[in-house]
Amino acid sequence: MDFSFTEEQTLLRNSVARFVADNYTFEARREIVKSAEGWRPDYWKQFAELGLLAAPFAEEHGGLGGGPIETMVILEEFGRGLVVEPYLPTVVIGGAFLRHAGSAAQKEELLPQIVEGSLVTSFAFAEPQARFDLFDVRTSAKKSGGGYTLNGHKSVAIAAPMAGKLIVTARTAGGQRDAKGIGVFLVDATAKGVTLESYPTVDGLRAADVRLDNVAVGADALLGEAENGLPLVERVVDEAIAALSAEAMGVHRKMLELTLDYTKTRQQFGQPISKFQALQHRMADMFVHVEESVSMAYMVALKLDAPEAERKAAAAAAKAQLGRAGRFIGQNAIQLHGGMGMTEEMAVGHYFKRATMMNILFGDTDHHTRRFAELTQGAAA
Amino acid sequence: MDLSFSKEDEAFRAEVRAFLEAECPSDLRGARIYDVGREGTLRWTQILYKKGWVAPSWPKEYGGTGWSPTQKYIWDEETARIGTPALNGFGLNMVGPVIYTFGTDEQKKRYLPGILSGANWWCQGYSEPGAGSDLAGVRTRAVREGDHYIVNGQKTWTTLAQYADMIFCLVRTDPNVKKQEGISFLLIDMKTPGIAVRPIITLDGGHEVNDVFLENVKVPVENRIGEENKGWTYAKFLLGHERSNIAGVARSKKSLEKLKSIARSEMAGGRPLIESPDFKRKVAELEIDLLALEFTDLRALSEAAKGKPPGPETSPLKIRGTEIQQRLTELTMEAVGYYANPFIKGGPGRNEPEIGPDYAIHSAPTYFNTRKTSIYGGTNEIQRNIIAKMVLGL
Repeated sequence: MDFSFTEEQTLLRNSVARFVADNYTFEARREIVKSAEGWRPDYWKQFAELGLLAAPFAEEHGGLGGGPIETMVILEEFGRGLVVEPYLPTVVIGGAFLRHAGSAAQKEELLPQIVEGSLVTSFAFAEPQARFDLFDVRTSAKKSGGGYTLNGHKSVAIAAPMAGKLIVTARTAGGQRDAKGIGVFLVDATAKGVTLESYPTVDGLRAADVRLDNVAVGADALLGEAENGLPLVERVVDEAIAALSAEAMGVHRKMLELTLDYTKTRQQFGQPISKFQALQHRMADMFVHVEESVSMAYMVALKLDAPEAERKAAAAAAKAQLGRAGRFIGQNAIQLHGGMGMTEEMAVGHYFKRATMMNILFGDTDHHTRRFAELTQGAAA
Repeated sequence: MDLSFSKEDEAFRAEVRAFLEAECPSDLRGARIYDVGREGTLRWTQILYKKGWVAPSWPKEYGGTGWSPTQKYIWDEETARIGTPALNGFGLNMVGPVIYTFGTDEQKKRYLPGILSGANWWCQGYSEPGAGSDLAGVRTRAVREGDHYIVNGQKTWTTLAQYADMIFCLVRTDPNVKKQEGISFLLIDMKTPGIAVRPIITLDGGHEVNDVFLENVKVPVENRIGEENKGWTYAKFLLGHERSNIAGVARSKKSLEKLKSIARSEMAGGRPLIESPDFKRKVAELEIDLLALEFTDLRALSEAAKGKPPGPETSPLKIRGTEIQQRLTELTMEAVGYYANPFIKGGPGRNEPEIGPDYAIHSAPTYFNTRKTSIYGGTNEIQRNIIAKMVLGL
C-alpha cells in the first residue's frame, strides 16, 4: 500500500511541468487555439523528443515501458496547462488499441510512427443516435473482396482534423444495439469516401463529424476480432477515462488555485473577499471535491489491470465523480471570480469549459452512475 | 504506487480475522453501545486486553500493540467486518495518549492499567453550555486551595457519564489572560462529593449524553496533567488523536452492504426496491462517494506509513466521512418504509413479539442519532474553517 511516485515518475512530471510553464502560458495557448491549425506540430515533435509519445509502449517498439501511472503524471500536467495537442486520442487511445489488439504488422508499422510524432490518430466511435452507448453502432462494415466497405456517420471525433488514421467502430453483424457484431477499423483519413466536417470545440480542441461513403479498407485494417470488438472498445475507453481523470485532477486543482489567488487579491468592503466566511466555506468545499478528484484519478489508474468487473466499476465511478466535481468546482470558481469570471481574458473560464466538456466525453455523470449501479447492484452479493 | 498490501500485512490480516471470528461473542456483534451497555463493552475489552490488542494506537511500552499505521488500518477494517462493539474511546483513544505523553510516572502507573483493562470507564469533560465550537471559552472554574483545586461549573454532552469512574476536564485556572492561556487539564474521580450527573435524552429516545454538574468538587493538585494554564496544549493534542480513523470507511462499507440487502428484500412497484431507478441511483451515488473517501483515506494512510503525523488534511475525511454515515442511515430508513415507524426500545434478546422485519427496528432512531456526527468532534463548519485557515491560507 503506497501512493508515492518513483524518482523516474517525479522526473517525468518535472519535465512535463517545465515544458508547460515555458511554452504553454495562457497567452501562448490562446494563440494556438486561435491559429488555423489549432495545434502546434512543433510542440508535438518536442513531446517526441521528451519521450512523452513513447511513454506507454514496449521497448521493442521504441517505447519506454511506462504504465498507467506515467500516463497519469503526464495528463495531470497537461490538464494544468490546458494542453490541446492530441495526446489522449493518439498516445492513450490509438496506442491502447494497437497495444491490446494490433497485429504484429500493425504494431511494427504504426507504433514507431506514434513514438516519433509522425502519426496522430482519432477515435471515431460516437454516432448521433447512440448518445453514450458504445455498442449502439449503425455505421456498417460489409465484407467485400478481401476487405470491408464502410458506410456511416460518426459524430464529434476529437482530433480528426489533424489525424492520419481514424479508428472507426462499425457493425459487421447483428442489429444496431447488439453487443456482438462490432468491429474496429483503422481508416486512412484521406481514403476515398471519407469526408470530414471540421470545427473547433468550445474548449479549444479540434474535432470533426466523419462521413464514410463506401470506404474500402483491406482485411489488415481490422483491429482485433471482426465480430467481437466491444470488449476491446470498452477496455480502451476505460483506459481513456483513467487518463481523462488525471487531466481532470490537473484542471480541478488549477481552478481552485486560481480562485484562491483571485479572492486573496480582490478587495471589497475594505478587505480581501477571501476573508468572508461564506466564501471560505465554498472554497473549503471546492478543496474537498479536488481531493476526491485526486483520489479517484489514483484509484482508476491503479485498477486498470484489475479483473474486468472491478475495472469497469472503477472507471464508471471515476467518470461519474469527475463530472460532478468539475461542475461543482467550475461553477463555484466562476461565481467567486464574480464578473471577471465571465470574461474571456481570465484563465478560469477556459478551465471551466474544459472541465464541462470532459464530463460529456465517453459518457456523463448520469450515464456512468447508472453503469456503476448495474455493475455493483446487479446480482445479490 | 501500489494498491496491494505486503505479505506480512496480509498474514497479519489473516491472524486478526481468525482471532475475531473465534473470540468476538456473537451477541455483541453489530450491537449498539446502548444495547450492550457497560457490561458488554467490558466483556469485549477484557478479551482484547488478555490478547494484548486492546490499544492498537498505543506504543508497546505502555501496553499498546505498537502496530504500524497499516496494521491499525487492517485492524479497523477487520473489526468493522465482524461488527465488534465499540470500546471506551474516551479512555483508550483520548485521555490515555494524553497521560502517557504528558503525565507523570505516578499518573501513568495509576491510570493506564485501568484504561487498558476496562476497569475504569472514562468520560470527557470538554463542552459546556457556553463553550461548544468555541471550546477555549470554558468557564468551569478551578481555584487552587493548598494542595487541592476547588472546581465549580457545568459540563455538557458528556457521553456515557452514567457509566464513568473518571472524567477528564478542561477547567479555567486563570480568568485574566487570553482564553487559551488560562486553561488546565484535570483528572477527576466521579465519586468525589459535589458531582451530579443528569441524563439528556436525545431525539432518538436514547440516553447517551449527560449534563455533569460540579459544585465545590475537591481535586488533588496531583491530578493535574502537565503544567497549570497549559491545558489547551494537551486539549489540542487530544483532538488530533480523536481524528484517527475518523473517515470510518470500513464501517460505512458494512452499512452499505446491509442497505443493499434491505433494498433487495423490500418491494416497490411489485419489484425489489433495489431495482427502482430512483433508489438505485441514490445508492450508486453514495457508493461512489464512499469509494472516493476510501482512497482519500488510503492516501492519508500512505503518508502516515511514511511517518508523517496527521494534520489539517484530515478535515475532508471528517466532513465526507460523517456526511456518508448520515446518508447511509437516511437511505436505510427510507428503504424500510412504514416499519421505520414503530418505536421499539431495547436490543437483541428482548422478550417481545417482533413487529416488522428485524432490520427495520432501529432504522429511524439510528437516522436521528447519526445527525450528531456532523456536530461532534468539531462541527463540519469548524472543519471548513480549519481547511480555509490551515490548508488554503485564507
